[in-house]
Amino acid sequence: MAELRFTKDHEWVRLEGDVATIGITDHAQNALGDVVFVDLPEAGREVTEGEACAVVESVKAASDVYAPVAGRVVEANAAVAENPALINSDPTGDGWFFKLTAVDEAAIAALMDEAAYAAFLETLA
Amino acid sequence: MVPFAGYAMPVQYPLGIMGEHLHTRAAAGLFDVSHMGQAELVGEGAAAALEKLTPADVQALKPGRQRYGLLMTEAGGILDDFMVTNLGDRLFLVLNASRKHLDIPAIEAVLPAGVKLTPLPDRALIALQGPAAVAAIATLAPGIAQLSFMGVGRFDIAGVPAIVSRSGYTGEDGVEVSVPAEQAETFARALLALPGVQPAGLGARDSLRLEAGLCLYGNDLDETTSPVEANLVWTIGKRRRMAFDFLGADRVRDELDNGPKRLRVGILPEGRQPARGHTPVHARGGEAVGEITSGGFGPSVNGPVAMGYLARHAAADNAPLDLMVRGKALPGRVAALPFTPHRYAR
Repeated sequence: MAELRFTKDHEWVRLEGDVATIGITDHAQNALGDVVFVDLPEAGREVTEGEACAVVESVKAASDVYAPVAGRVVEANAAVAENPALINSDPTGDGWFFKLTAVDEAAIAALMDEAAYAAFLETLA
Repeated sequence: MVPFAGYAMPVQYPLGIMGEHLHTRAAAGLFDVSHMGQAELVGEGAAAALEKLTPADVQALKPGRQRYGLLMTEAGGILDDFMVTNLGDRLFLVLNASRKHLDIPAIEAVLPAGVKLTPLPDRALIALQGPAAVAAIATLAPGIAQLSFMGVGRFDIAGVPAIVSRSGYTGEDGVEVSVPAEQAETFARALLALPGVQPAGLGARDSLRLEAGLCLYGNDLDETTSPVEANLVWTIGKRRRMAFDFLGADRVRDELDNGPKRLRVGILPEGRQPARGHTPVHARGGEAVGEITSGGFGPSVNGPVAMGYLARHAAADNAPLDLMVRGKALPGRVAALPFTPHRYAR
């Protein structure tokens, strides 16, 4: 499985072939608490880098999820719409949010790798 | 930990908001609510004096009994909501943390010579709430089990002198316990050691009170809302509703006679998406009729719940609504409060 890249807004990206899968990190799900609802983008939507394109609602609050890179939505995860608790139990696996195509691979490669993200989290502590 | 009314407060403990909420409804949750203001009112005529500021019937409150009431502004708005207890030789008050700095001078301003208000900043307040709460604390002080809902007594609990009221703000049976601050940690640890007791934070306290249809000052009540609009007319004593001899009574009397412009109601969003405070509310397919003041996910309801103020014509039971969440109309309805039935020890 391809390695994950991370944003400062606590999204992760996994590029496999020409499709990028996006979700929120374990740190993010832990900070949000129990997730009770997600609002996901529709397939076909064009998103720009940094655009708010999904919303995650926990028992605490509503938070935006931003597109880490520009692209076109090819699929939203119907399983998390049905069972948002997957985002808490498996944030980087079954708890993914949406998939983008037509992405700039170099832009993804420029995001933080796991070690850089871990170091970034240290600066927040 | 988050800042709340000048205090550092835990939003949640390791169980998490959902777990703490469900545990409180199933067994017992322990809440540190020491940020709330405590005060005592002593002297001949204390109850009559307090009635200048509240429409509650304080003079009829018997020793060992507690009552929920409202403090009023001159314009007929709500200065604060509070609890008043008759301890026999004094009245004992519990005020909101965010409002006590306004409540104290407002009460002092109506006191005659010989009645004295004393803030009690050196007292902590611990709430133990849930169906197992009274049985648990009664293992340390058996007399607590004899209190009825809104009954109050003094008890020695694990060596700590305590004022115990059978009340709370979760819709469940339970107690709120005032203890000297320097013994609060010892006391809380003694309760946490009892079977079935788990610590619970501000997050669960908020979702529990919302499901129970109880108001949070600053969200659902403020100086612009009146007791009639807030659907809290039941806090106004019958005698008080004849005499109208409290601050702000003109507005209350007018709204009782002619109806308020807006009304606090329960609002149930359809589906799974929460509608939170400040969400604009429209009549279904129609014009703006109000706003949500508290909203979120109700773990016991297992769905979103809310309350808010709607124009009176739009506030009928089951009236269809559009809740404007992030620019999209989320369907909802006016719903009866509470969302989860109260389970007090009547």
